[in-house]
Amino acid sequence: MSAQLSEIAVRATAASEAGISGGWLLRRLRSDPLGLLGLSLVLIVVFCGLFADWITPYDPFKINVPDRVMPPSLAHLLGTDKVGRDIFSRVLKGSQIALFVGVTSIVISQLIGLTLGLIAGYAPRWLDNFLLLIFDSIYSFPTVMLGLTVMTLLGPSLQTLMFVVVVIQTPGYGRLVRTATLAKMNSEYILAERSLGAGAIRILARHVLPNIIGPLFILGSMDIPSVITLEAGLTYLGMGIPPPAPSWGRILSEGYDAIREAPWIVVAGGIPLIITTLGFTFLGEALRDLIDPKLRKVV
Amino acid sequence: MLIYAVQRLGLAVLICATAMTILFTAIHVIPGDPATIMLGTRATDEMREELRHRIGLDKPVPIQLVKFLASTVQGDLGTDLWSHRDVGTIVAESLPNTLALIAVGLGWAVLIAIPLGCYSAIRRNTFIDKFTGVLSVGTISIPSFVVAIYCALIFAVQLHWLPMIGAGEPGDLKDQVLHLIMPSFAVGLGWVGYLSRIVRASMLEVMGENHIRTARAFGLPESKIVFRYALRIAVLPTVTLLALAIGGLLSSAVFVENVFSRPGIGKLVVDNAKLFNYPVVQGAVLTTVALFAFVALIADLIVAWLDPRVRATL
Amino acid sequence: MAADCVLSVRDLSVDFLSPRGPIHALRRVSLDVPRGSIVGIVGESGSGKSTLSLAAIGLLANNAVVRGGQVLFDGADVLAMNQPQLRDLRGRRMSMVFQDPMTSLNPVLSVGTQMLDIQYRDRALGAADKRRKAAAALRRVGIPDAEQRLDRYPHEFSGGMRQRIAIAMGLLGNPELLIADEPTTALDVTLEAQIIHLLRELRREFKGSILFISHNLGLIAELCDHVVILYAGEVVEQGTVRDIFHRPRHPYTEALLVCDPARIDEVRRELPTIPGDVPNLLEMPAACVFAPRCPKAFDRCRTERPLDHAIGGTQSARCHLATA
Repeated sequence: MSAQLSEIAVRATAASEAGISGGWLLRRLRSDPLGLLGLSLVLIVVFCGLFADWITPYDPFKINVPDRVMPPSLAHLLGTDKVGRDIFSRVLKGSQIALFVGVTSIVISQLIGLTLGLIAGYAPRWLDNFLLLIFDSIYSFPTVMLGLTVMTLLGPSLQTLMFVVVVIQTPGYGRLVRTATLAKMNSEYILAERSLGAGAIRILARHVLPNIIGPLFILGSMDIPSVITLEAGLTYLGMGIPPPAPSWGRILSEGYDAIREAPWIVVAGGIPLIITTLGFTFLGEALRDLIDPKLRKVV
Repeated sequence: MLIYAVQRLGLAVLICATAMTILFTAIHVIPGDPATIMLGTRATDEMREELRHRIGLDKPVPIQLVKFLASTVQGDLGTDLWSHRDVGTIVAESLPNTLALIAVGLGWAVLIAIPLGCYSAIRRNTFIDKFTGVLSVGTISIPSFVVAIYCALIFAVQLHWLPMIGAGEPGDLKDQVLHLIMPSFAVGLGWVGYLSRIVRASMLEVMGENHIRTARAFGLPESKIVFRYALRIAVLPTVTLLALAIGGLLSSAVFVENVFSRPGIGKLVVDNAKLFNYPVVQGAVLTTVALFAFVALIADLIVAWLDPRVRATL
Repeated sequence: MAADCVLSVRDLSVDFLSPRGPIHALRRVSLDVPRGSIVGIVGESGSGKSTLSLAAIGLLANNAVVRGGQVLFDGADVLAMNQPQLRDLRGRRMSMVFQDPMTSLNPVLSVGTQMLDIQYRDRALGAADKRRKAAAALRRVGIPDAEQRLDRYPHEFSGGMRQRIAIAMGLLGNPELLIADEPTTALDVTLEAQIIHLLRELRREFKGSILFISHNLGLIAELCDHVVILYAGEVVEQGTVRDIFHRPRHPYTEALLVCDPARIDEVRRELPTIPGDVPNLLEMPAACVFAPRCPKAFDRCRTERPLDHAIGGTQSARCHLATA
């Protein structure tokens, strides 16, 4: 997976240099049905996430024991859970959690990865090697194991979960930025500029930064499904966001406990997760296909 | 070839050591007191001190690290905080179940992915190729625990065809196989799609190369060309990938074992994580890191065995 | 003459479909390869030499379309054959040696395995016999320790050796026609000389014909009996080696000979070249394909397509000036 991602990243970097813009991509996307499907699913999820607080029919946290364990009906689109909470509302609220965790932690890890990567690319050998060693060591941990270990040490909470995600995601972005920085720093016209006395910050800001934003954005959006899945998974195991937050993972875990009496709960918890991951993946694949063949003409 | 194997082994050991060092450093860098977390806020100061002393948290970090690495080499991974059993034994009991799960899960995925990828490459752009492509992307995305839960829902709860809990009676092979079906399916599903796409891309690339044209020019039957001449080269990247896949497989195993209450390393880690039984978590994680490194080593050796060009560079 | 030919290309036209339209790679190409002779095809890059050789063995790319003509191997049209018939031909009655020895052999199988595999049709022979045949073939092309070398992999041989192996494989089935598509282009001059020497020696034992493709006039002169000059997808002249090298009748052939560095006998400041570029094959030429670059072109050349004019019994040239 990481080899593939680096490959995409290299191509995406070249793409932004070749002047392929977001607008152009959107126009081309129209001809790819899967990509359009992905885009629509993503937009639906984003909409739910942004406006969850306004569109939930019931309060996601309100316990209403008399109405417990009701199968889906017109009044409760996805039924109710063991303590009578409306599952549809919880699912909508869950989309907010998923997107928040997904987007925020990726943005933070990209920022950190960007900084470290720029440093690694520009810094003297020993610093570069040191950073690289850290990146690779974190990389070699199975993700969930690392997550569980850290959660054990710190206790489960939203903040620690996001900390875990950031730790896991940063090395990937760090390496990508480092590669791009190294490549740029050693390219001929940059060497010329450096010999003329241009400062490091200026070079990094003017030459490396603009070209890396695009690939980071694309990679980030392709990473969103795995981050959301990780959060849902850890929460499902009870080592993620604590209750009563209606993360989809929590809905799934509560649903699993009640799987015999209320099977609709797990269906309700899993479907949005599947929709989100499918949506982002189809979209990401379509974007990648668009960048790929176009490059062959340009380069 | 032997020298290469020994070198790789050394590298694997080095990776394990580095990983543990990082873990150790992480504990002491992260704010918060492990002892408090493990015992809860109602623990008294004495209890906390005692725990710290027992785990060795009261000594300077480098000394702790050296002690730990030394004892690991001797096979002592520490003791369970609650049951005082040797962590090494606990881990060894759970490991076979996880290995079985991963092996079977990946096994069926590979057995289906290679022919599927091969077929997609040969019958490029036909309906089957395109359909498989979409299905592959779809199955890669679906989280393994969701697959596991839905399988459990359909086949265990609704249809009562397959057992839902555990790994089966020890000694009863048929029972154990029954208990493996759903978990291995959940673990392997994401990989079928991914692997078949890799095989497809690889095959397409190899089939376009000059030596395949030569083979055709000598009138060799197409089946021989595909299997003996092309596929042998095309699967090489897949083998390397499988090694890297172990990380993802272990992650899936954690979830799947949990859903099906299979007594493997994944469930061990989760259960003990909830109890803040740190030594067991640490021992289990170290074992998985070692497993990871070891599998990467095996994969490298297999590639060297299959590809004479790699052997030449050794 | 036709009955005596192992290979007879009649009026062959091949297009390649590309995003920008069809590329007319070969246009009404005709040539004959008599039994037991060596025919050379000379042409620059893009002249269609490889397309011609691949058409002969039925290995044209997927985007190639045969617009007309036939390729008769021993009287049967290769273009009309199905896969089993083609497979029956290849490696047995017709073999090919390719241009790049570094990529022509399978890298993960030993040379012996590959040489045994191509003998799969000889069901009467056991594996040991096939091995003996393979080792003998390697010895014949000058590879020492043939028996041990069979178990080695291609990357353990140098480029020159790999090309010898390719020739050995080509001759293993004792084919009636061996097609050599620029076999020495990827090798340095010393190796090139060795391969040509090898082919000349093998000629004594090898009773079949050879279709030798190259852009190097010197090689053609050394090795071949008949020569076919190919320019931008058309045969502009053909004849015996004497005809072509001593009495060229097409301006392109003349220019080629003049420009051949090996034939320059006086010290001069600049090397002679043929001015202009090879035409764009997306368009069909209006009349004579060489007219834009021809020093002898006149009005008729640009309006009327020249026919193949026969000269003497053995030579022909596609030029308005080739009459009489």
